[in-house]
Amino acid sequence: MIRVILPPHLRTLAHVGSEVMLEVEGPVTQRSVLDAIEVLYPMLRGTIRDHATQQRRPFLRFFACEEDLSHEPPDAPLPDAVASGAEPLIVIGAIAGG
Amino acid sequence: MSTVRVLVGTRKGAFILTADGKREQWDVSGPHFAGWEIYHLKGSPADPNRLYASQSNGWFGQLIQRSSDGGKTWEPVGNKFAYDGVPGTHQWYDGMPHPWEFKRVWHLEPSLTDPDIVYAGIEDAALFRSNDGGQNWQELSGLRGHGSGPRWQPGAGGMCLHTIILDTSDPQRIFIAISAAGAFRTDDSGNTWKPINRGLYSQYIPDPTAEVGHCVHHVAMHPSRPGVLFMQKHWDVMRSDNAGDSWQEVSGNLPTDFGFVIDVHAHEPETIYVVPIKSDSEHFVPDGKLRVYRSRTGGNEWEALTKGLPQRDCYVNVLRDAMAVDSLDKCGVYFGTSGGQVYASANAGDSWNPIVRDLPAVLSVEVQTLL
Repeated sequence: MIRVILPPHLRTLAHVGSEVMLEVEGPVTQRSVLDAIEVLYPMLRGTIRDHATQQRRPFLRFFACEEDLSHEPPDAPLPDAVASGAEPLIVIGAIAGG
Repeated sequence: MSTVRVLVGTRKGAFILTADGKREQWDVSGPHFAGWEIYHLKGSPADPNRLYASQSNGWFGQLIQRSSDGGKTWEPVGNKFAYDGVPGTHQWYDGMPHPWEFKRVWHLEPSLTDPDIVYAGIEDAALFRSNDGGQNWQELSGLRGHGSGPRWQPGAGGMCLHTIILDTSDPQRIFIAISAAGAFRTDDSGNTWKPINRGLYSQYIPDPTAEVGHCVHHVAMHPSRPGVLFMQKHWDVMRSDNAGDSWQEVSGNLPTDFGFVIDVHAHEPETIYVVPIKSDSEHFVPDGKLRVYRSRTGGNEWEALTKGLPQRDCYVNVLRDAMAVDSLDKCGVYFGTSGGQVYASANAGDSWNPIVRDLPAVLSVEVQTLL
């Protein structure tokens, strides 16, 4: 199982707790994990990545294993520890705004 | 007895204020969608328990929420606003071409007859329609593509389509307004559009009488007289007696003709309300006094309504969608401020009371009269 930690506003929107568990078919990448999240929680479509471009929204970042993966290609494999479920993929909002 | 439901959108959530027809004791529900900007929420005239809300923020973008029980519970519906075809460019602040980019939904206007049909006015300016309760959205691209789109330019708040008025007598006629392009009308359900800005004069644009480029802040119409429109422009209060084909200034004796809101009394089509704001560079009420101005003559002659409103040390703004009226007798008038107050008058503006004083900055106010 893949573990994903969502920011608080998206947990409220999707009615989930601090961590989401997912099954991902095939390679475990940013794209495949986000695809799986959006199938399970369609209300999150458009909130993490843009509907049209599929680009990460600019005030969000992806972290795992103490690394910033935000600028990794969406089809690059995520770390083995994420693929095995040992570590979560963390979606985090920028500390900005008021 | 009648019930009044006031729908308030703020910088940090939505609030629903409810009272009986006396409009003295208010129940406050909220915040709904705490922490999110709620640019607008509005109920369906065909089913008052059907509400739509525009929820957005800079981190997670745009959501549309729908309620089927008057705002007790909500469900997110479709949030994909894709421009029709290749969107092209409009003018940026510097006059250079800039690609059309979806930013947010400013205004939601449910159909007069079908609770599943709802229109959305968005930034960058375009009009969308949903026929399935907000699940799917299609652009009415004849507006953006009618010819002048590449010359539209954003106002200070962005290039937003903020006003949608559905004609009560002609289901094919819709009025919209855009900052800073102007007002437009369709007579064929949104397939084709024409600018309706003749008579507007904007000294801050290169051609003050141009077909487009005017910063229209808001437009209001009384449902019994759909050919008569009232407009608060960036500067100037205007009226049209021919469905926007031409406009005349009716600012009259207002202390300043800058402002955002304008609305019409529910039972007196010639009684209109504005809240003058000192200037475009200061964006607060003049002289530290919060005054609603009422004209009972359709403009030109205005009286200040001050009873119950702060008359010293007040420096709030009232944004374009933040005034509404109920349809009780006497007509109730409501507005919200950038200071988080929502004021109500149960006597057509003669006196005012705050329903709430300390909400986040108010972006929009709508009212439902439930019989």
